[in-house]
Order: sequence, then C-alpha cells, then structure tokens
Amino acid sequence: MSQSMRTPLLFAFVAVLFILEGTTSAWIFSGSWNTALGILNMALISAIMALGVNLQWGYAGLFNVGIMGFVALGGLATVLVSLPPTPGAWTAGGAPRILLALVLGAATVIASVLVQSRLPKGRARELSTLAILVGGFFLYRWVFDGGVGVVEAIKPANFGNIGGINPGGVDGFRDWGIITLLAWPLGGVLAAGAAWVIGKTALGLRSDYLAIATLGIAEIIISVLKNEDWLARGVKNVIGLPRPVPYEVDLQNSASFVERAASFGLDATTGSTIYVKLAYMVLFTLVLLALLWLAERALKSPWGRMMRAIRDNEIAAEAMGKDVTARHLQIFILGSAICGIAGAMMTTLDSQLTPGAYQPLRFTFLIWVMVIIGGSGNNFGSILGAFLIWWLWVQVEPLGLWLTQILTSGLADDNWFRVAMQDSAAHMRLFTMGLALLLVLRFSPRGLIPEK
Amino acid sequence: MDFLNGLVVLANFVLIPATSYGAQLALGALGVTLIYGILRFSNFAHGDTMAFGTTITILLTWSFQSMGISFGPLPTALLALPFGILATGLLLVGTDRAVYRFYRRKKAAPVILVIVSVGVMFIMNGIVRFIIGVGDQNFADGERFIISARDFKEMTGLAEGFALRTTQVLTIVVAVIVVAVLFWFLNKTRTGKSMRAFSDNEDLALLSGINPERVVMVTWFIVAGLATVAGVLYGLDKSFKPFTYFQLLLPIFASAVVGGLGNPLGAIAGGFVVAFSEVTVTYAWKKVLTYWLPDSLAPDGLVQLMSTDYKFAVSFAILIIVLLFKPTGLFKGQSV
Repeated sequence: MSQSMRTPLLFAFVAVLFILEGTTSAWIFSGSWNTALGILNMALISAIMALGVNLQWGYAGLFNVGIMGFVALGGLATVLVSLPPTPGAWTAGGAPRILLALVLGAATVIASVLVQSRLPKGRARELSTLAILVGGFFLYRWVFDGGVGVVEAIKPANFGNIGGINPGGVDGFRDWGIITLLAWPLGGVLAAGAAWVIGKTALGLRSDYLAIATLGIAEIIISVLKNEDWLARGVKNVIGLPRPVPYEVDLQNSASFVERAASFGLDATTGSTIYVKLAYMVLFTLVLLALLWLAERALKSPWGRMMRAIRDNEIAAEAMGKDVTARHLQIFILGSAICGIAGAMMTTLDSQLTPGAYQPLRFTFLIWVMVIIGGSGNNFGSILGAFLIWWLWVQVEPLGLWLTQILTSGLADDNWFRVAMQDSAAHMRLFTMGLALLLVLRFSPRGLIPEK
Repeated sequence: MDFLNGLVVLANFVLIPATSYGAQLALGALGVTLIYGILRFSNFAHGDTMAFGTTITILLTWSFQSMGISFGPLPTALLALPFGILATGLLLVGTDRAVYRFYRRKKAAPVILVIVSVGVMFIMNGIVRFIIGVGDQNFADGERFIISARDFKEMTGLAEGFALRTTQVLTIVVAVIVVAVLFWFLNKTRTGKSMRAFSDNEDLALLSGINPERVVMVTWFIVAGLATVAGVLYGLDKSFKPFTYFQLLLPIFASAVVGGLGNPLGAIAGGFVVAFSEVTVTYAWKKVLTYWLPDSLAPDGLVQLMSTDYKFAVSFAILIIVLLFKPTGLFKGQSV
C-alpha cells in the first residue's frame, strides 16, 4: 500500500477507536464521551511532546531521555504564571532575597567560567576558580536560606511559596484564568534554558553521554520541584490553578447553558464537563496544528535538509562546512522547548502540579515508544503514534482484565491462577509497551508511517 | 577525647555507610562497564536487571526461611544468591538471543542498541512487578549487628556510639571477593584474556580465532552475577523496591563514566568517588564539627551543604565535571 493511502487509513482507524470509546460500552469501551474526550485531550498533549522528541531524534538523531524534566519545567511555568503573588512574600523581603541569591549563584558560575577561559593555564587559575566557587556558594546559601525562611513561613498550610504573577490577587485570581495561556510559551522558554545548559556540556561527545546527562537533569528537576517549597510548594502540591476555560459550576448555574445542553439531550452536569473538555480540545488542537505546520515547514526547508544530512553523515556534513555541534544544540533546544510547552498545557489541563506524579517511565520512555512506533522522522507518524499509544496505555488495563477473564473462565473464583492473573493485570502496561517497542524496532524499524 | 568522639561519629555516619554504598555502586558500575567494553552500548536495563536478580533471590530466601533453612548469623539471602545469579544469567542470555543478537549481526549503531535496551528495561520492569509488586520488601535476617552502639559505648567509655551492621561488613567482604575473582578471571584465564582482546580490538580478536558469541555469552553471565550481587547487597543494606533500583541507574552510570567507560578498574574507583561525594555533601556536619572545633567556633546551623534529597544532583554534578574536563574518565576509558 502506498504511503499516501496508508496515512489517512491509519488516522481513520485511530479515530474509530476514539468514536467507539464514546458511543459503545461493549468489550473494553466505556461508552462515555467524557472518557473519550479525556483520553483525547491527553493524547493531544502527548502528540505535542512526540513532535518535540521527533524533532530531536527524527531530524537530528539526538537521544534525549530527559523529557520528563522539560515537561515538569513547563508545569512549573504554569504555577509561576497563573497563581497570584503570595501576600507578604514580596513585601517582607523574602522573594527579592531569593531572586538576589539566584542572581548571585549565576554570577558565581559565570565568574568561574570567565576565569577559566581568560586567565593563563596554571595554579593561579585553578586556585582562583576554586576560591570563587567556594566563596560564591557560601554567599549564595547565606542570602538564599534567609529568603526561603521568610517565604516558607507565610501561612505554610495554604501558601509558603512565592506565588505567581496573576494580577487578580488572592480573592480574584480565578477571574484571570486567561493569563494561564501565557504560561505555555513561558514553559517553552524555561525548558529551552535547561536544554541549553545540558546541550552545552553533553553535545559533541558520544551519543550515550547525552542520554545519561538528560536522564540526570530530569531527576534533578523533579527533586528541585519536590524540595523547594518556596517555588511551587514542593510535595504539598499546588491545586486549584485558574484555567483559561469556564468552570463547570458556573456553566451549570447559567440558565442559557442548561437549556442548550438539554436541546442536545444532555443533563447539566454531563453537558458542562463535556463542554469544558471540548474547549480544551480546541485550544490543544490549535497549538498542535501550529507546531505541526512549523515543524513541516522546517523539515522541507534547506535547514531541514541540512539537519538530515548531518544526521545521516556527520563527517560529510562537517566537510561541507556545517557546524554540527551548533546545529545539534539548536535543535536540542527547540525540541525541548516544545516539550516544555506541552508540560505547561498538561498542568493547565490538570489544574494542579503534583511533583510526585512525574515518573520517567510515563513521561520520558512512553513518549519514546510513541515516536518510534509512529515513525521517527515523520511528524504525522509521531502524532499517530501518540494517539495510538496513549489510547493503548489507558486501555491496556481493561484489555488485560478481559484477557484474564477469557483465560480463566473455567476456573473457580478463588483459584490461585485466576487471583494472580487479576492482580497482575495492573502491571500489564509496562510489559506491553516494552514488547511493542521491541517488535516495531525489530520488524518495522521505520515505524507505522515511515519517513519519506 | 573530643577528637575521638568526633572520629567515631564520622566513621558511623560517613565512612562506613559510604564505603558499603561505594562497594554496591562499584559492582553495579562494573556490570555497565563490561557491557560497554564488550557489546559497546550503555545498558539502560541494568537497574532492572539488578531488580530481577534481587527479586528471584528474595523469593528463594522466603522459601528457604519457610523450610527452616538458615545461614546462622549471616542472612539467608546469601544461600539463595547463587540461584538468583543463575536465573538472571539465563534471562540475560535469553534476552541476548531474542533481542540483542539481531542488532549485533546487523552492526547497528550504538544508539539503536541503547533504545533497544530501553525496551528491555520496560519488559524487565514489568516482569519484576508481575512477580513481586511495587512495594518495599525487607528480606534481611540473621544477626543484625556485629557491634551495637551500646556495646561500643560500654567497651570504650566514649560518649558516642558506633554501630557496625552485619550487612555493611558483608557488603564490603563480598565485594572484595567478587572483584578479586573477576580480575583473576579477566587477567589469568584464557576466556578472560579473549574477552579483553575482544574489547580492545574486535577485528584482531576475530582474526585470531576468538568466538564472538562465546565471549558475549560469558559476558552476560558475568554481568548477571555482578548485577545480582550488587542488587542483593543493596537490598540487604537498605531495602528492596523496584523503583529505587531503576533510579540507581544514574549513580551507577556516573560511576562508570567517572572511572572511564569500559575500564573495570575505573568503575570501582568511580563507585567510591560517587558514593563518598554523595554522603559527604549531604551529611549534616554539625556534630562532628562541634567535637573538633573549639567552642567559640562551633557552628549554629546543620552545616549541610545540600539536603539529602539532592543526592542525585551530586552524582550528576560529578558526571558533568568529568564530561567537561576529562571525557574519557579518570582512568583511561574507551569513549570520547
């Protein structure tokens, strides 16, 4: 089958899966549009992450296993934008002091880098670098700890953090939910900054080193989010973030909305939840389409051809005068920024930031499975992979239970085999994902929709 | 007396724990570095291989305990260990046959093998969860202490106690034995020499008639042994939880890279460098400094450079420093 036929057919197949989820409750489907749209919204976000990963891996051959960290940074951006500034955090000198400390920390690092690059090699250079780093660290800790103490002491049960930039204030910040949209690009900027630091150190070395370095930075970003309570309340979590779409309660209280829902044959509760999910779906689809358009334009431009030339033969590209390391850094930053945008969108959708929920298997390696199974190097393939794999990820559990029932139908309820199978259905996910990845890599390494 | 008290505190909370943790990391890093040297890729499934070996050992330990078999004052897990190694070895060789061999024959790029190892990681993680679940498992038994804190105080009359746990001593003793056997094997036996030759120069090794499949199979078995021993020792010393083992991947990689990937001696040194940095940077030095410094200089705060939760940041920082200044590691590794 030609690829021009294959792509629409595969997308149609995935669409049928989602429509069945909404319409029928037979087999493993739930028959609820609420569930179907819920899966779809997360699939859209996963598709954006997959676009970012495809940019890095498909276009340039960079192996980044720190996606979780960039996604979490996006989530942090949502908190820092959508919350109102905590009363007292700025006036009592807590937050300014933290900012000052961060500037001091950055200045220390910059100063030591300057000393390293400017002074002649020798003992004087090493000693002064060491002195700057040690002195800078203690100065930073002294300023920083004071500021953190002030901020974290402000009503720790409710606040204890610096808050964000929402102009509505503590009482009216929910009316300013639209500002959350600003967090999406900011999430991209935060992720790009982290990517720059990583890329500067690990790119240009062996490909494995980038993998190990990104694995590390992701863990560190998560532990910063968990432990720096002043930033986003750490493991105390931030809940009830304002959002850019209406609240269900407001919709249910509006007579005109209830009337309109009734005309579709829906009660107010179902109608309002579906309406909110549809609103998110429209927003996410717009972002996805915009990014897809940009990625396709980039792929077909001379820049995209250069990227693929570098990927396929670095030495030849270098001989043609291309700066391989600089181009790698560029695309690494772009791809990570896209993951940051997706992370900010996800935290907006959840209305909460729970650092404990970030698991590398779910946020890094699952996205990789999506890209590889969908087709690396092809943006449509990555998006298809995201929809298909996310659907599978959600449905593997009911699928596993159904399989268990078939396999153990003749057995008594308390048969050990039956009990063991039922208990392990929950663990089917990882196993299935690993198996799917290995099978595709082995028998169809170019994925469902291969690169043209 | 103050000096001695400070020294006891230091040994109790820094030296001994860091040494046993370093030994565990070194064993893990040895496995990673051997795979890198012979098969030429970074194995992301190593943490989960350790978890699998430990899981099998735990199950056997439980069944030994229920049959009333014990190892006297030593943990029963030591008796189950050889069977755990055997099971892990069979799993790894099976994985190699089913998965890795295909890519080796195709001479696939190392990064493809890394991605394949991610798939293997998923599956092993799934298998471990199938078998034992996601919770914490404690399987240490036998004598808990060699010297308990109270005995030590009575013996020496010092104000500070010093406790030496059986598992800590056991970790160090077992690690020394395993490393000695490994180096004897690599340097003195014919198979070990052929492995080193294969690692140094694959083409020359093939020319001189070394069977690559045999070298690879022996490597997987050695890796199974190292991973299972490291996993069981870590589990005895702390506790077993599949996710913790996955997270051990980072310090283990850091150790292997710091020492120079592909260099066994470097992996051991790297393990101790990472472990000692982690423990000293996250330890609150207040008590030791109060003993050692004159009263006027005694610190007010905890004198903790970083909170314990940032121990990953320490391995990562070491990794970055080495990558920046000496990409081939402290001992000369293969990678650039």
